[in-house]
Amino acid sequence: MTEITTHSGHRGLDMAEPLIFEQGASGRSGVDWPEVELRNSRIGAAARKRSIGLPGLSEPEAVRHYVRLSQKNYAIDLGLYPLGSCTMKHNPRLNEKVARLPGFADIHPLQPMSTVQGALEMIDTLASWLKGLTGFDSIAMSPAAGAHGELCGLMTIRAALEAMGNARERVLVPDSAHGTNPATAALCGYRIDAVPSNERGRIDKAALLEKLGPDVAAIMLTNPNTCGLFEEDIVEIAEAVHAAGAYFYCDGANFNALVGKVRPGDLGIDAMHLNLHKTFSTPHGGGGPGAGPVVMTAELGRFAPLPHVIKSDDGYTIVEHNAGEGDRATNHLGRMRSFHGQAGVFVRALTYILSHGSDGLRKISEDAVLNANYIAARLKDDLSVPYPGPYMHEVLFDDTFLNGTDVTTLDFAKAMIDEGYHPATIYFPLVVHGALLTEPTESESKQSLDQFIETLKALAADAKSGKAEMFKNAPVLTPVRRLDETRAARQPVLRWRPAALPEAAE
Amino acid sequence: MRYLPHTETERGEMLAAIGVAHIDELFAGVPTGSMPRELFGPSTHKGEAEVERIMSAMAAKNTTAGSVPFFLGGGAYRHHIPAAVDHLIQRSEFLTSYTPYQPEISQGTLQMLFEFQTQVALLTGMDAANASMYDGASACAEAVMMANRVTRRKKAILSGGLHPQYREATVTQSHYTEFEVHAAPQNPLEAEDLAALIDDQTSCVVVQNPDFFGRIKDLKKIAGACHALGALLIVAVAEVVSLGALASPGEMGADIVIGEGQSLGNPLGFGGPYLGLFAARSKFVRQMPGRLCGETVDQDGARGFVLTLSTREQHIRREKATSNICTNSGLCALAFSIHLTLLGEVGLTRLARLNHANAVKLADRVDGIGGAEVINDTFFNEFTLRLPQPAEQVANELTARGVLGGIPVSRLYPGEAALENLLLVTATELTMEDDIEALAGALNRVLA
Amino acid sequence: MTDKKYSREHEWIKLEGEVATIGISNYAQEQMGDVVFVELPAVETTLEAGSEAAVVESVKAASEVYAPVSGEVIEINGELEENPGAVNEDAEGEGWFMKIQLDDLNELEQLMDAEAYAAYVASLD
Repeated sequence: MTEITTHSGHRGLDMAEPLIFEQGASGRSGVDWPEVELRNSRIGAAARKRSIGLPGLSEPEAVRHYVRLSQKNYAIDLGLYPLGSCTMKHNPRLNEKVARLPGFADIHPLQPMSTVQGALEMIDTLASWLKGLTGFDSIAMSPAAGAHGELCGLMTIRAALEAMGNARERVLVPDSAHGTNPATAALCGYRIDAVPSNERGRIDKAALLEKLGPDVAAIMLTNPNTCGLFEEDIVEIAEAVHAAGAYFYCDGANFNALVGKVRPGDLGIDAMHLNLHKTFSTPHGGGGPGAGPVVMTAELGRFAPLPHVIKSDDGYTIVEHNAGEGDRATNHLGRMRSFHGQAGVFVRALTYILSHGSDGLRKISEDAVLNANYIAARLKDDLSVPYPGPYMHEVLFDDTFLNGTDVTTLDFAKAMIDEGYHPATIYFPLVVHGALLTEPTESESKQSLDQFIETLKALAADAKSGKAEMFKNAPVLTPVRRLDETRAARQPVLRWRPAALPEAAE
Repeated sequence: MRYLPHTETERGEMLAAIGVAHIDELFAGVPTGSMPRELFGPSTHKGEAEVERIMSAMAAKNTTAGSVPFFLGGGAYRHHIPAAVDHLIQRSEFLTSYTPYQPEISQGTLQMLFEFQTQVALLTGMDAANASMYDGASACAEAVMMANRVTRRKKAILSGGLHPQYREATVTQSHYTEFEVHAAPQNPLEAEDLAALIDDQTSCVVVQNPDFFGRIKDLKKIAGACHALGALLIVAVAEVVSLGALASPGEMGADIVIGEGQSLGNPLGFGGPYLGLFAARSKFVRQMPGRLCGETVDQDGARGFVLTLSTREQHIRREKATSNICTNSGLCALAFSIHLTLLGEVGLTRLARLNHANAVKLADRVDGIGGAEVINDTFFNEFTLRLPQPAEQVANELTARGVLGGIPVSRLYPGEAALENLLLVTATELTMEDDIEALAGALNRVLA
Repeated sequence: MTDKKYSREHEWIKLEGEVATIGISNYAQEQMGDVVFVELPAVETTLEAGSEAAVVESVKAASEVYAPVSGEVIEINGELEENPGAVNEDAEGEGWFMKIQLDDLNELEQLMDAEAYAAYVASLD
């Protein structure tokens, strides 16, 4: 490839864009607020005397800055985003429009409840749908994301165990689990005991049963699991877990495979979080915000964190405090965050659910599973699948097909970038070598999938025909090329500093 | 269904390519039998117009802050959001991208995060900030756990002026990670002596500034008392616009600063999603929770940004991670960052002064009405009014008169007799003379 | 080389009197890739054989380093804070981690000599 350099540093539509701190002029602003005179300040001794050091940009400069930055991002709206375990599906714009209605966007969480009945109705309606879809009687709506939901679920389980007099010590987590699972269990004061997977990519049931005992508080299982496979022994596992006096927590990150097809509550699960930003399409926004409500049995519901919405003949009420010390009926473990949960995310998720209805929701999971299996069927001879299908909403490839090519999973992923695709989730789960976890979601048309499949076939053929160099150099068509992550970690530069000022002493 | 592209013919072709006759064969092993075919009656998919009608009807049942004289704060503030903010955060490339795990095609999000981290560090007077947390309360709990790790001590002291929900979130967490919380009494009418509570087992003292009751403190003294005994000072900032008018927590000796960033760029939105801010001195960076974006170069030597120091995080460290956090508040951080970029130094300073000037006007106007009394010596844009009767009752009567007049402290501290008559009242740049008069007039009648 | 002993967890140990210098083996450094950070124990920490003594980090992984022997930490390699790359460049020399005052010289008996370790490493590949 010929190196093209330009005088401006821009490359056609790819604009070189400095930091905001390297732009603008002091004294400039993109917002017109009047200068007011403070006659009788009540700020006191802590008033600011030094400048902050923020740059000054006009509105056109600021708008151009962020538009230029945006063009350096891949997005679902731009192309297929097969990032396994992340469910990058289409984000309907109706959801955005509804979330911006002043009746949802411009209300304060601590307004008198009589003035926010519609907002409480919205939360309660979503809660009813989520409980109905999963087959549970209780729900904690406040967790802010999946990991926060896991924390909510495990804390609730611990509170329930403590109420019975013994919090127990161990939590069983499969070796294929998301990293949040062991991190969460540790935050709840539990020791993590890893359960191996078997040669079929499922949890090793015999090993699991052997590890069960009176000191086990819970098992945390993802279903479908992170290999994209349904844990078929789930009902039996639940029975054994319960017989040992432990609880069954399910990581609901992969609920997109099951929505409308099976209710986890029917399978013996005690609690499960739902990632509204996955299954229910609320935008990922470059890494949040999400929402992670936790559905659970009525038994656990008595210990769930506050707040929760209740409906009576007089309308909706949000319960923000425990009724009293030692009250068995309201023995909630307290609050995990401020206010009532990710209300703006709830509005989007409910809009999405109402758009689909129960028939559309079932179609979501069917199409998601259909798409994953279609990719698997058409690529299994070009790439390599460690486990036989059928798969659920995602298919796991490993790097066996790259053996002897000098191309790694990372190289293969970077070559996908040059082809205009976001790579699959790579090197996760850890139970296979060089994983490429591929989740197309139900949003992709057959034409889109066919083009993706043909591209991957061609890339696999390139790798096998000795074009390793191309893979090693990829990507070349991006705003920046492979970045030096070692340098970033060895000498962390986590913020801009003015050139004139020395680094703060450490 | 408008979001699902396949035709039945295509579905058939794909099933044939897979080698199965029916979609149910792909669900072999999944016990689908117990799923009812219909949930909530024969509810079928709906078109945009119908869904919008249903959702709008719910929205219409709420009294919006913009439709009445409005004085609520207490950790959620109503500020003007420049039109450009909402436009830019809806750019597809920001809205519909994931966490920037592939940096070559995520430089937009990564550079924005680097700028956001710098803005937060500058505002708080800290060396470094992370890429955001869920909200102020969860950030507070994480900060205390971080202080415990840094100091290898397990006793946290929480000021009575800390937002009660931040305190609750921290207390909830303390129960499970087994650290002690010493919460000072929250009566704003009594002085608190936090320094006297610190000993050689204290990991941190958490102080909010301005505090929950609106009072501003010079924190240098408590910072000194912390450092003398090896404890860290954590400063919570619930109203980030105040930093345009106040000395930064870093200047006053804070070691960790957490905050709620909703005030910039993010609507009230009934309490979420919001934006947890988290900043610290550089020597503690490796103990910080959450994602961090760092500068580096690509293989051609061009500047670029990556997520870095990931070994602190759950996806690598698993049970030894500094936190279990994964998703954060990326889009809320973008809104914050765009708003602050538009404001700049001049705009933020003016915005803060305007807030303060309006709050002073409001305080002067309502002080003394029907026996109401402003208890604050100092405040930024929020203060506490002591009423001659229970504040909840007064707030409800104000609501009946079409004024959302403030937050009864009893909403957050039910059953505390000493706090029953206190009302938190806030003014921002959106508070107009007419609003102030409306509140004064309504208070006059309610307290008559 | 012959005076070094190795553990199955890929630490090396070199004895001078009752003071042992400890680091990770060249094999371990190769497996880690670029080392970006080394977390060392505080001086005066008492370590028991098998307990966690340090953490060595690459960009994508963090590995615990276990004390191969028991004793008190008397010195740590502060250079690694500035230059963690020394572990990659010279794992069994300049890239040492810490010095320990040994409790029990007999513990060394459990460890492998260079030859045995080389055979052990060969068996892993």
